[in-house]
Amino acid sequence: MKRDNLVLLAVLILLALVPFAAEFTGQSSWTKLVGQALIYGMAAASLNFILGYGGMVSFGHAAFFGIGGYVVGILYHHFDAGTAFLGIIPGTDQMLVTLPAAVLVAGLAAALVGALSLRTGGVQFIMITLAFAQMFFFLFISLKTYGGEDGIMVRRTNALPGLNMKDKATLYWVVLAFAAAYYLFLRRLVRSSFGQIIAGIRQNERRMAAMGISTLRYKLYAFILSGMGAGLAGALMVNFLRFASPDMMHWTRSGELMVMVILGGVGTLAGPFIGAGALFTLETTLARYTEHWMLPVGILLLVVVLTSKGGLMALIAKLKGGAK
Amino acid sequence: MILLFEQLLNGLQYGVTLFLLAAGLTLIFGIMGVINLAHGALYMVGAFAASWVAIQTGSFWGGLVAGLVASGLIGLVVETAVIRRLYARDHLDQVLATFALILIFNQTTVLIFGRQPLFTTLPEIFSGSVEIIPGLPYPTYRLFVIAVGLAVALGLYFLINKTRIGMLVRAGATNRQMVRALGVNIQGLYTAVFALGALLAGLAGVMASPIVSVQVGMGDEIILATFVVVVIGGVGSVKGAFVAGIVLGLFDTMLRAFLPATLQQVMPGPEAQALGVGISSMGIYLMMALVLLVRPRGLFAARG
Amino acid sequence: MSPVLDIAGLVKTFGGLTATDHVSLTVDTGEIHALIGPNGAGKSTLINQICGEIIPNAGQIHLAGRDVTRLPPAGRVALGLGRTFQITSLLDDMTVRENLGLAIQAREGGNFRIFDRAAKRNEVWDEADSVLAGSALSARAGVKVADLAHGEKKQLELLMALSQRPRVLLLDEPMAGLGHVESQQMIEALNAARGECAMLLVEHDMEAVFALADRISVLVYGRIIAAGTAEEIRANPAVREAYLGEEDA
Repeated sequence: MKRDNLVLLAVLILLALVPFAAEFTGQSSWTKLVGQALIYGMAAASLNFILGYGGMVSFGHAAFFGIGGYVVGILYHHFDAGTAFLGIIPGTDQMLVTLPAAVLVAGLAAALVGALSLRTGGVQFIMITLAFAQMFFFLFISLKTYGGEDGIMVRRTNALPGLNMKDKATLYWVVLAFAAAYYLFLRRLVRSSFGQIIAGIRQNERRMAAMGISTLRYKLYAFILSGMGAGLAGALMVNFLRFASPDMMHWTRSGELMVMVILGGVGTLAGPFIGAGALFTLETTLARYTEHWMLPVGILLLVVVLTSKGGLMALIAKLKGGAK
Repeated sequence: MILLFEQLLNGLQYGVTLFLLAAGLTLIFGIMGVINLAHGALYMVGAFAASWVAIQTGSFWGGLVAGLVASGLIGLVVETAVIRRLYARDHLDQVLATFALILIFNQTTVLIFGRQPLFTTLPEIFSGSVEIIPGLPYPTYRLFVIAVGLAVALGLYFLINKTRIGMLVRAGATNRQMVRALGVNIQGLYTAVFALGALLAGLAGVMASPIVSVQVGMGDEIILATFVVVVIGGVGSVKGAFVAGIVLGLFDTMLRAFLPATLQQVMPGPEAQALGVGISSMGIYLMMALVLLVRPRGLFAARG
Repeated sequence: MSPVLDIAGLVKTFGGLTATDHVSLTVDTGEIHALIGPNGAGKSTLINQICGEIIPNAGQIHLAGRDVTRLPPAGRVALGLGRTFQITSLLDDMTVRENLGLAIQAREGGNFRIFDRAAKRNEVWDEADSVLAGSALSARAGVKVADLAHGEKKQLELLMALSQRPRVLLLDEPMAGLGHVESQQMIEALNAARGECAMLLVEHDMEAVFALADRISVLVYGRIIAAGTAEEIRANPAVREAYLGEEDA
């Protein structure tokens, strides 16, 4: 336990130094890259909670990511235009308002989708979650007020009292703080009584039902918690890139989140973050050399899925085992 | 009235295309238990092979043959190299592996053909149109597509209900263990079913190639609609794929044709247009959600 | 004394097949009531109807005086229904102790504590440890369930079911697949649990049934053809013909 925390602390310190390293080496894009990877890591980790720990293969997780992002975008749009959402809710650019709002709205959306989807299972569950994500995708495309297909530009990152959010490094550290807090939250969650019951349901839903657990309710709560996490990540992403678009919830984005989870290691805490970092770095690096970067990524993914179980985390565990 | 009739025919044509894709997909899922996201890639392969050969040789029929051969062969390769290893895996691995296949297929196609769409011209006999009812000339080629789709439906009906292979296929879609227990060469059956599915997807691509823009990613758009068809129809049921394919084809086409104009009567033009298109695109997904709420296993679920 | 489990006129058909045909039986407080019958007699369908996994076409199920015929499984458990599975059904990735701990936690109907530390809920783990200490699994607490022997899994299932303190326990073939020694252990364990709760014992092993049961009902082709004490069932000609006769052959 103690050693885990030391490793975590060391990783956090290294991550906190990234802006300095970027400045020192002149590679200013590093900060942006790692920041995005951290945010994707959060989204993937939120998916991993239902996918890896809960055994629910949701193929529509990007919807909640996008909804969280749009909450920030829409609130900014009304703040900027001096109008009100639906004529009632005024816009704002205060992060202390926008992030909780994003989490709340994403949670409500997840409650709706989960309540309707969790009655099914297997391929039907995969497809119905995908269907709901597509509905949200097309909904936002059709909203001309909020830019339709083009999305919303957020010209200034949301404000946090006492911080200069225009500063790239400050923004990065804010993202890092959220990512670290979310990691700790998930660690607590999977080790809680609730988390244990969710893991039990994944392994044997019938047995848990026979012990008197109303499995549907537990799965729904997990689904909502997971959607809220994705909403938070989406809201951060829009702040980080200053841009919200329907592309955030395209079905291939949901696929990418699943890829990150698998690549890093299903059902592990650090896996999704490692997977997100690996995929994101791979994409960015390959894109520098070839416009056909999707080809090697596809081949790599295929090889990983076909040959290995447990992703990069299993590899790390194996290496650690070998070193001892 | 004439407009409505024309859109009905368009819907029917889209419906049979969806059926051609869904028939293979539902059999592959029903019998092997594999979720194949890359099924749309075989549709793309069929379309590209047909268009390319048609452009090179000037022969639509040459393109047709090329499209079928290419999709069938590539289907065989994909089954042997990848799908075979996925039978015993869980849904998650299947989704990811076939998602990877989509990336691979799309990029390979870009490498070979570039990003520009391919355009083909129709052969002489299809270039005209037929006046089905007075005042409505309808393109001959689209009628041909509908005819081919219905003919395939009929052929599949006979194959599945009247032949020994069909019996195994039906048994496999209902109870996989039973077919294994019968001592049939199960691997041979699997490969044959996958190749058949690939061939049908290729045929759908060939048929669509003169009327849609043949470009990379064309399979990604239609595969989602195809999955909706499969799930609504009931996994493993070809009959379900047919009914759901036609209904969805009609429903989707009608929405797209009439919803924006209807909305324009109650709200300003550009917003109505955007909202109409958006809601039309949501239509099939909404329908799937509703069907699954009432029948969690689809309309004609083969498995109990 | 009113029965703790009262099943009246239960009918369930699948297509043209009648799996349970007006089945009625009662289980009294503290009683072990055995249900025997040849394969395909409809025993599993009956069990699944009592648990709520299958809803009957007709008839009523009363549990502790309440009509539970249409209640979902979790609601029945809350009223005191426990079960073990014919094919053992446990949480394979967790240890023996963790399985038991979850069963004890579930007694509260589960909870939505998302911030506590499951590993530090001492009352749960103390109870799990004391249950294990007095059982045949005392030396196996830290072993993953996937690594247990078949007989050990059966024992663990029983411990988990009992730790939920049910009023009625449905035992779906607890002896299935057990060797002679393991069967004796199971019979002892069940005998020891007598009095903790009433049991409906579905079983093929006649030795176990005659050793344990206060009453026996015989189910053949979805119907109860005889019910009574062990002596009465042994002497019943219809039972001998329909069921016991097969065993002799």
